[in-house]
Amino acid sequence: MTVPILEISGVSKTFGANHANDDISMSLAKGEIVALLGENGAGKTTLMNILFGHYLADAGKVLVDGQELPPGKPREAIRAGIGMVHQHFSLAPNLTVLENVMTGTEPLWLLKSGVNAARGKLTAISERFGLRIDPDARVGDLTVGEQQRVEILKALYNDARILVLDEPTAVLTNIEAERLFITLKEMAQNGLSLIFISHKLDEVMAAADRIVVLRGGRKVAERKASETNKAELAELMVGHRVKRPIRTPSAPGDVVFEAIDVTVRTGGVDRLKSVNFHLRAGEVLGIIGVSGNGQTMLAKLLSGTVHRSEGEMLLFGKAIGDLSVAEAIAAGIGRIPEDRNHEGAIGEMAIWENAILERLPSFSKHGLVDRKAGQEFARSVIEAFDVRGGTPTSRTRLLSGGNMQKLILGRNLINRPRILVAAQPARGLDEGAVAAVHERILEARNKGTAVLLISEDLDEVMALADRVQAIVGGRLSPSLTAEEADARTLGLMMAGEWKAEAVNAL
Amino acid sequence: MIALFDILASAGLWAAVLRIATPLLFGTLGALVCERAGVLNLGIEGIMTFGAMIGWYSVYSGADLWTGFLIAALAGGIFGLLHAVLTVTLGLSQHVTGLGVTLFASSFAYYIFRLFVPVAGTPPTIEPFQPIDIPGLSSLPFIGPAFFSQTPPTYLAVALALILAYFLFRTPLGLAMRMTGENPHAAEAQGINPMIVRYGALIFGSALMGMAGAFLTLSAFNSFFPTMVQGRGWICIALVVFSSWRPGRALLGALLFAFFDGFQLRLQTALSGVIPYQIFLMIPYILSIAALAVMARRARVPQALMQPYRRGER
Repeated sequence: MTVPILEISGVSKTFGANHANDDISMSLAKGEIVALLGENGAGKTTLMNILFGHYLADAGKVLVDGQELPPGKPREAIRAGIGMVHQHFSLAPNLTVLENVMTGTEPLWLLKSGVNAARGKLTAISERFGLRIDPDARVGDLTVGEQQRVEILKALYNDARILVLDEPTAVLTNIEAERLFITLKEMAQNGLSLIFISHKLDEVMAAADRIVVLRGGRKVAERKASETNKAELAELMVGHRVKRPIRTPSAPGDVVFEAIDVTVRTGGVDRLKSVNFHLRAGEVLGIIGVSGNGQTMLAKLLSGTVHRSEGEMLLFGKAIGDLSVAEAIAAGIGRIPEDRNHEGAIGEMAIWENAILERLPSFSKHGLVDRKAGQEFARSVIEAFDVRGGTPTSRTRLLSGGNMQKLILGRNLINRPRILVAAQPARGLDEGAVAAVHERILEARNKGTAVLLISEDLDEVMALADRVQAIVGGRLSPSLTAEEADARTLGLMMAGEWKAEAVNAL
Repeated sequence: MIALFDILASAGLWAAVLRIATPLLFGTLGALVCERAGVLNLGIEGIMTFGAMIGWYSVYSGADLWTGFLIAALAGGIFGLLHAVLTVTLGLSQHVTGLGVTLFASSFAYYIFRLFVPVAGTPPTIEPFQPIDIPGLSSLPFIGPAFFSQTPPTYLAVALALILAYFLFRTPLGLAMRMTGENPHAAEAQGINPMIVRYGALIFGSALMGMAGAFLTLSAFNSFFPTMVQGRGWICIALVVFSSWRPGRALLGALLFAFFDGFQLRLQTALSGVIPYQIFLMIPYILSIAALAVMARRARVPQALMQPYRRGER
């Protein structure tokens, strides 16, 4: 038996009363891909931060090639060949790719940087691992996928033999994620050892050789990918069987919103090109598409934050002019914004403040904010929507992603909106939270809300939508019913294939 | 028109431009170094005042000019250290701390001055730096007297701009510093201690601010009075933005401002009686704001400027 390249043994770490890691052991062999699977808060990131020396463990040790790593020293971890790719990139957008990669790799007292040698080394690595990039590009000008490539290159440039990726697909589109996993597999074949942290069952099954499951800070299981399945992993991860809600056939009512040949133009570019769609009460319309194809504009159109340039819109059967945000709210349009941290909630403000923000006038008394009513309202949202980890007066930033999303969902749904615009509602959430969010959306739909679901996740759209339209380059496809929309057809539609079919049909 | 042309064609104007630019250049480079590492240093106005006082007082008490200059730099560095303790270690608001340092340093300067220098009708004077002719170059027609007959600190300031440009963009430490100002977490992940980098930048940058002040009393004038910095520190803060955080452009910016200033001084005399001189006093500031509006729109601010760094927090 060969010595594993990396061994973590008996690592424990507590933050106050919280056991983030409790006696966790795991190992990694050369050329192996191990997935660290667990819900948010299961202790995955803590464990990797200990490995990398960002945190000091209370007990346990980390061995690289059988040698113990001095704890709490990121520099030693780098020297031992551990590279970390964080979920939130550690990049300087104003600097070039090469500068980002080179920082700290040379003795600081040198009078001249070896820029040319560094460029050569970077180019060699990027060619060897198929991570093509322009070394002199400004990082801020790169796409998210390319920025991740820079992060990986940074680690490889430091001669990493063990690469840790923290939720690498959280910020990627499906296609970018697929490409990433192909690259990772190639890297493993080239002799690198990889650990990736994830809560997504699909990618864990697809990419990993071995899967270590964490729950509540403990290691609960270890499986070979070939000897397990998604259902078992889901159960191990959550601790009980997760039931994704099941969609019952819908009973659509009246058309509540209709867009006819609507074009939205900003900065001289057509973001939406003469799109047609309608929403019916008690029905979910799914808009599927790779992000960046105009779905943001679609959501903004209904929220009143962007105005159409051409076309007609009917709200509850009446032609309307441009919606303002206040009018949209008054008309009963609830919104779940795409980026919950920036548009959905204000982290530094209390939960109750975030809960009433959209409806400030109804929580005012004599021109002052009615704190009591606001906190009462927040308490009812927290209770009705099972928001955990906060009280009405605690800061919203402290909520986990899933609970923040439940808060946003709750403040919208508690008033039974007539229309709900849900943009990427489950992005970045763990299994349990995804199920909860989906359940609430279907519940609202069953109570008669018309839902516009914008998503790039095929599974999500197929699970929730009664009708589906694809969005590509600002154009919307004709709609398909849920029965017609299988994964293959939707995949083709996301690639813009409906046009050819439509032409053929003529 | 002829009056204007005469002003522009006089070597005296251009010599004055370099002289006026020197303290601005020291100060701008100092603030630039601090900001490149991610710390706004609004202590500049006070540090300059203190540097002007302590540099002058050292020479007045018998030290030679260069020793006075160095003492001013050292004093600046100590205020930089104070600013670093407050903003880097304690993570306090950089605006508020900086203004505090300015108020403290300028009052402290005046206090020491009053403590040791007797009140007199005319302030006591010292023998300041004398212009040094660069052999060969200074005898060139026009250009010689305009640019190569300056006091030594002026040559030092210009050289510093070039050295700092090289340092920031060509050395590993310069890159580490820029990275600290852009993303200290990334710097930390690459094994650089952002705290140390910020301390170093603040101490060095503030030392330059001290020199900026010392230039006023040891070269431009020969005595100290408490209001002599006259907002030059704030001009430097604006020049940093104007320069897009680049030392080479800082040199350009300081010269441009100094040109406006030198020009208006001469216009005042040329057109005295025709237009109130206060109008001319405003010109450099108005033009600076205009130039800033044009340049700053394209500027790339260090992304971590004014954000305190705390380990382990994101």
